[in-house]
Amino acid sequence: MGQAIAFWIMAVVMIAAALGVIFLRNVFRAALVLILCFIAVAGIYITLSADFLAAVQILVYVGAISVLIILAIMMTRGIQKGSPANKLKIPAAIVSAAVLGILIYVVTATPWSVSSQAPLADTTGPLAVQLFSENGYILPVLTGATLLLAAILGAIVITRENHK
Amino acid sequence: MTIGLTHYLVLSAVLFCIGLYGALTKRNAVIILMCIELMLNAVNITLIAFSSYVVPQLLTGQVFAIFVMVVAAAEVAVGLAIVLAMYRHFKDIDIDNINLLKW
Repeated sequence: MGQAIAFWIMAVVMIAAALGVIFLRNVFRAALVLILCFIAVAGIYITLSADFLAAVQILVYVGAISVLIILAIMMTRGIQKGSPANKLKIPAAIVSAAVLGILIYVVTATPWSVSSQAPLADTTGPLAVQLFSENGYILPVLTGATLLLAAILGAIVITRENHK
Repeated sequence: MTIGLTHYLVLSAVLFCIGLYGALTKRNAVIILMCIELMLNAVNITLIAFSSYVVPQLLTGQVFAIFVMVVAAAEVAVGLAIVLAMYRHFKDIDIDNINLLKW
């Protein structure tokens, strides 16, 4: 019962915030409701008993990515008033509605093999075992570290002033 | 009525399609990156819902969601760097006006 109430509150907040990202005219306000949407997604993770991922969502998305986005908005301000739409409004709406219809049809028509076991209450330790144990995901973890390093270097190189 | 796997999947489908519509229609490059983040979050909700309903004791979907977050962080860093470089070069971040690769 408590899970149902939490789910509906988070779902309504999340969808409303996502619609705000699309329809608000002010870019800065769109970024702020995007942060609200990330927080609601973290709440959804908690209702799915994924506590570690909810914490990571708050840290990475609400903490880091939104700061990056707001920084980019601040640095490119005054160029464009509002967030105008291009000429593809109606075709994009049709495509999005079609994708949504297909997804909802597939999701509701498929008989999912839902397990009867209760999910793990504390996921941090088991996640660490999954990620770092001998036959776990240690190679993807190291690849992800390399990817992050390459992304940081690439971002620095791209944004660097060209002194010639 | 109790909340099941279908609720989470439909919710993430709605979020994904909102992000898709924004990514297709917006002209501000920063807003497009924000919409892509929305779509990645929708995928993460799907992965975690499957993980907690189909294989509750294995956490495979949560591991995958962590990797999606890593790639999303790398993507947004490089994407915003490209936006700033674009702004410095063209004094514009409207992607309808930046069509050097189009003929």
